[in-house]
Amino acid sequence: MEYLDFELPIKELEEQLDKCMIIGQESDVDVSETCKQIEKKLADTRKEIYKNLTAWQRVQLSRHPNRPYTLDYINAICGDTFLELHGDRNVKDDKAMIGGLGKIGDQSFMFIGQQKGYNTKTRQYRNFGMANPEGYRKALRLMKSAEKFNIPVVCFIDTPGGAAGIEAEERGQGEAIARNILEMTRLKVPIIVVIIGEGASGGALGIGVGDRVLMLENTWYSVISPESCSSILWRSWEYKEVAAEALKLTATDMKKLKLIDEIVREPAGGAHANREKTFEVVKNKIVAQFEVLEKLSPKELVSARMDKYAQMGVFNG
Amino acid sequence: MTAWFRRKEKGIQTATEEKKDTPKGLWYKSPTGKIVESEVLAKNFYVSPEDDYHVRIGSKEYFEILFDDNKFRELDAKLTSKDPLKFEDTKKYSERLKAAQKKTGLKDAVRTGFGKSMGKDIVIACMDFNFIGGSMGSVVGEKIARAIDYAIKKKVPFVMISKSGGARMMEAALSLMQLAKTSAKLAQLAEAKLPYISLCTDPTTGGTTASYAMLGDINISEPGALIGFAGPRVVKEATGKELPDGFQTAEFVKEHGFLDFISHRRDLKKKINLYIDLIQNNPVRSEEISA
Repeated sequence: MEYLDFELPIKELEEQLDKCMIIGQESDVDVSETCKQIEKKLADTRKEIYKNLTAWQRVQLSRHPNRPYTLDYINAICGDTFLELHGDRNVKDDKAMIGGLGKIGDQSFMFIGQQKGYNTKTRQYRNFGMANPEGYRKALRLMKSAEKFNIPVVCFIDTPGGAAGIEAEERGQGEAIARNILEMTRLKVPIIVVIIGEGASGGALGIGVGDRVLMLENTWYSVISPESCSSILWRSWEYKEVAAEALKLTATDMKKLKLIDEIVREPAGGAHANREKTFEVVKNKIVAQFEVLEKLSPKELVSARMDKYAQMGVFNG
Repeated sequence: MTAWFRRKEKGIQTATEEKKDTPKGLWYKSPTGKIVESEVLAKNFYVSPEDDYHVRIGSKEYFEILFDDNKFRELDAKLTSKDPLKFEDTKKYSERLKAAQKKTGLKDAVRTGFGKSMGKDIVIACMDFNFIGGSMGSVVGEKIARAIDYAIKKKVPFVMISKSGGARMMEAALSLMQLAKTSAKLAQLAEAKLPYISLCTDPTTGGTTASYAMLGDINISEPGALIGFAGPRVVKEATGKELPDGFQTAEFVKEHGFLDFISHRRDLKKKINLYIDLIQNNPVRSEEISA
């Protein structure tokens, strides 16, 4: 397990607890009372730390190396019914954007999401979860296919942004994202979007237009990352914490601004502290939302979706 | 003697919106060094006559070029930005807004108008780069959405002239959602089978490119315009590579298949209306008849 700087008190207590238990096993000294005390302190500390997280700490948590990624969710939710589908039918198969069909109970879903790697090699293979135009086009191909067969779509968002590169520009990164956004506003099947980690800008929105947009508690969603915002507006990388506050990028802020529909609570200590529990919570949320959405006709669905986005924005006059 | 040329102040940085990009005064000097009288420039569609350099212009000039006799009714002229996030970086967003309004005489970064072009009704939305880098916030999104609604109501074509650095950071996710809002409206325009012409002008980048700018029934541009998703500086930083010649120019973007054609500014009005007549299977209008 890896620890973020503000998680260090937790690490310390966990180590103490380990030592205490080892002493208990290896000697005749009764340590159960001490262990219990440490356990309680650990639970209290964890609660205290996670109760008062700053926006920047949530950004750090959203990138926690032990946090579950898209395929972890899908594999846990669908088990061996998941069938991954590849390719955009134009250029190549983007490894930063994955998709495929899977079952929850008796219902098939089309799952789509950005995929990050868990070590240096796989992080490069997945391009750090930054999709190229072919990734967005693959996502669109799968969505259109789902629409054709009346299969609901679930999108998992976890990206530091769309890929920025010479080839991305040559192949029309802007057009690819724009096309997805437009097509998603009128797709005739339910779309449920779950932000599971980072939700950066157009790269996120390119698979992020939905009837329901859910955000896990320790994730962020905005027009730009706090680091880039700091570099552009403050002309220095030093203001990322301030920028994170200013951007109002947490789930609580996003709900308050009516830009997302629901916050999904994470287990104590964050999604990475209890992955199985997180998968179960997310699965139940998807099912609950689908049960509401499946009652709507395609026409009602699309018109409600368009109305929802038409309402977004704050202005005078 | 080098002291003559030494900068007295170190680290002078000019915010994008403060940089001068419109012709002011009596003379204009193009990037290749050609000098032209401002009046001559205006008569030549703000294109430097000697080297065809297309000077950056705003909604005032584009409306003048595209609407017959510069006659049009401005839509939603009173919409202004709020500061819902109470955003503050080195300056308060509310102060930036006030300063931009004062400097440009504009209310925000887009103006929308209804009028006739070559004798036929049309709705045109045009962005102003002078206003906080032509950034797209709630007002820009709302005005474009309403302009499209108006085009649908009047059953007329819609022209969008983009000129923007992208989404407005000071409105954070609210500005991001304008991509979805405007795209949803464009889907409704498409449903109504009304032509949508997207004119990408210098510069069209970021969230603008990732939404309405790339979604035209035709996407067109002017010579030399910068068009891209990530700006050249970002791409260079991200890749560590030298950028190819002409990277992200209109010519480059057309060559890669994302623009239908590039038009000299003097021909814009004719070509846009020709497309409208062709796609709607109407008799082709000529400028003499409409004038």
